Amino acid sequence: MMSALAALLFCVAALLALAVLAVALSRTKLATPLVYGATLLIATTIAIIAAMALTGGATAPTGLTLPLGLPWIGARFRLDALAAFFLVVIGLGAAITSLYALGYGRHETSPHRVLPFLPAFIAGMSLVVLADDAFSFLISWEFMSLASWALVMAHHHDADNTRAGYIYLVMASFGTLALLLAFGLISGPEGNYTFDAIRAAPHSPTSMALTLALMLIGAGSKAGLAPLHVWLPLAHPAAPSHVSALMSGIMTKVAVYGFVRVVFDLLGPAQWWMSAPVLLLGGLTAVLGILHALMETDLKRVLAYSTIENIGVVFVSLGLALAFQANGIGWAAALAFTAALFHVLNHSLFKSLLFFGAGAVLTATGERDMERLGGLIHAMPRTSLTFLVGCVAISALPPFNGFVSEWLMFQTILQSPNLPQWGLKILVPAIGGLLALAAALAAACFVRAFGITFLGRPRSVAAQTAREVDRFMIAAMVVLALLCLGAGIVPGLVIDAISPAARMVLHAVMPEQASVPWLSIIPISEGRSSYNGLLVFAFIALSASLSAYVIHRVASRALRRGPAWGCGFAATGAATQYSASGFAQPIRRVFGPMVLRARIRVKMPPPGDTAPARFDLELHDRVWNALYEPIAGAIGAATESLNQLQFLTIRRYLSLVFMSLIALLLVLALWS
Amino acid sequence: MRGLVFDIAHLLAGSLVLISFVMLYQDRLYALLNVFAVHALVLAMSVTWQAYVQNAPHLYVTAAIALIFKALIIPVGLHRIIRQLGIHRDIETAVGIGPTMLAGMGLVALSLMLMLRVTAEADPLAREDIAFALSIVLLGLLMMVTRRNAVSQVVGFMSLENGLILAATAAKGMPLVVEISVAFSVLIAFIVIGVFLFRIRERFDSVDDSALDDYRGERQ
Repeated sequence: MMSALAALLFCVAALLALAVLAVALSRTKLATPLVYGATLLIATTIAIIAAMALTGGATAPTGLTLPLGLPWIGARFRLDALAAFFLVVIGLGAAITSLYALGYGRHETSPHRVLPFLPAFIAGMSLVVLADDAFSFLISWEFMSLASWALVMAHHHDADNTRAGYIYLVMASFGTLALLLAFGLISGPEGNYTFDAIRAAPHSPTSMALTLALMLIGAGSKAGLAPLHVWLPLAHPAAPSHVSALMSGIMTKVAVYGFVRVVFDLLGPAQWWMSAPVLLLGGLTAVLGILHALMETDLKRVLAYSTIENIGVVFVSLGLALAFQANGIGWAAALAFTAALFHVLNHSLFKSLLFFGAGAVLTATGERDMERLGGLIHAMPRTSLTFLVGCVAISALPPFNGFVSEWLMFQTILQSPNLPQWGLKILVPAIGGLLALAAALAAACFVRAFGITFLGRPRSVAAQTAREVDRFMIAAMVVLALLCLGAGIVPGLVIDAISPAARMVLHAVMPEQASVPWLSIIPISEGRSSYNGLLVFAFIALSASLSAYVIHRVASRALRRGPAWGCGFAATGAATQYSASGFAQPIRRVFGPMVLRARIRVKMPPPGDTAPARFDLELHDRVWNALYEPIAGAIGAATESLNQLQFLTIRRYLSLVFMSLIALLLVLALWS
Repeated sequence: MRGLVFDIAHLLAGSLVLISFVMLYQDRLYALLNVFAVHALVLAMSVTWQAYVQNAPHLYVTAAIALIFKALIIPVGLHRIIRQLGIHRDIETAVGIGPTMLAGMGLVALSLMLMLRVTAEADPLAREDIAFALSIVLLGLLMMVTRRNAVSQVVGFMSLENGLILAATAAKGMPLVVEISVAFSVLIAFIVIGVFLFRIRERFDSVDDSALDDYRGERQ
């Protein structure tokens, strides 16, 4: 009997072999179903093995050393509860993505640019989670980054995609650099690169603070934490839709894993001040992400910005877990940590679902711009329904899963008076306010995304002539929608599945939910608060059917179609409907000048002139202008001036060498 | 005996530094080559003395190499090159003699200050020699930087090598292999640069490397 870890590594090896095979096969017709079918199979296996390892009794973590990597430590891998949980997320997401891709991949114009990299990407993500020494972790991380970069560049003829790929590559390298420094710091001067050795070693407060900052940069840039999020809304939508779903839904979670592994597991006992930056950055990220999502009209970019918001939510939960853990309030820390991991799972489900929906719309209409869509609910009823489920779930409405995790998180925020530090006592409710704002804006954002895309009347010929997508894509979306509903109705199962991870990391767990009657969940204790997803679902289903029944019974049953009311105007073309930017206008009024630097120009022709009036809207990312442009400018100027060194005379080169030698000797003379 | 050993080694190493200064002062190529030959001669004497003192016969070979190659063959070869190129009347310093000498004194001060402090634990004989050797290396570099003519840059480079050999012989127990390789590297450098000189000459009718800059469209 092979151990679970060996089986998982075997699966990873199979994925890598598949990637190689895909290179050979990629130009044949058979390649697409073959590769995605095999990926589906392997990813399902990974998910099942990991789920069994997670739930099948809290067994001790198993380790394995392969004779690769650094000669004196080899490549170490380990399967523990935390890794198993994230592997479930990866395996599940990858499996459903492959199912979707069986349909979506048929429309791919250049499959040879996608097929080899997708299995490699999944293999890379799994290896990051399994790695048990800094060296294999970094190698896997970089492998994952490069594979996803190749996928972003799949449609490289588009100049925007090339730019997105370039920015992604720069940010990814920068992030890996930060991770490299972080591991160098915690490995100590002796170079104890195994995670066991790092765990055992004591860490000074300075090195903890520096590691936290570096992890926030390294893992945060990959996850999309502000202000390092700028690449994400460019790169995620640039990839083919199923890859966008993987990057947004799964890869950001791998980044969260990296953060949790280092900050919670490797760094040792948490300090209370470590939570403050995590909370602040998380809160700001959430609000900033969702505001941008609300302003965006490209459907996939809306989803990418919304990913940033959700990452903010996850990081706030992690920050809360740090704060409570540092103060020895284990039950609250476990609650926050469970909320974070629950939200990780949830976001991977509904963000994949939404990206699949956007991909379906893209396949059916060739459009990503919401201003050119509309009325798709008639042409694509199944896609619309599943997309609606995704929208409701991400807006955190019961009875879906998004509600549960955000509810758990707000339950934790309500425990903030238990914290002894006054700074945190004040900060945590403020962050709670930010998150409440973000939650409300998210609801608005997805009302807009669904309403403009699927409701109303078609705004373009493409939207008018759309057809429903094929059964693989529908099947994948239905599976995800059912999972969203299931996790919302029986959250106790998920919470219990997370508790081994919480016990491993925090040595504390939430109360066991399986024993609570009627599938309720009780985050703290019976007397405080409880939530029953099944009850809410039953109530909604019953009351909705009842009112439908009453309406159809009592009122007329005849179906009437009439012209839409045009508010008294004569022209009632599709262009007179609410547009996506029109819908966002009230919120733009409030936040525009401050956060988004919105600039609106209205050009009205004088009376009598028949020229059309023009309305131009410019939005700027403040972070981009304030942080990235100066840095890029400085680097550009520096390289420009260094460029002159290419054209010196021989004597000047010699002088340069001579002067630097003298300078170094002087330093030595003055210091020693 | 101890005092005499030290004094003679000190005298020879110090003379090498002095001759380096003399080389810095020369602005005629023939004179420069003659001084370089003296430099190599003093180096050979110094190495011989070290061989005698350390009772290390292989150092005699090093001394012979220094004497034959550096004091005889290379200066003679360079004399011929200069004659063939017809540049023996060139005056070719890029920086004035006065500032160069001042800079050289600064460098010697720097290397003494540095080396005597760093090697406080070492054998006093080796210590003095290494401090002088660093001065010679730095002076050689300074010469390469302040000269415009390729021939004098070659000479600067070789005086730098002399400094290295002085350091190598002052440290006890350095194997002969290294010295031979050092000698050969100098010889090879000499050949390569000699060929290089002729190529420049053929193309630009001058060994002044500012001609090279003109060719690349640069201003000096």
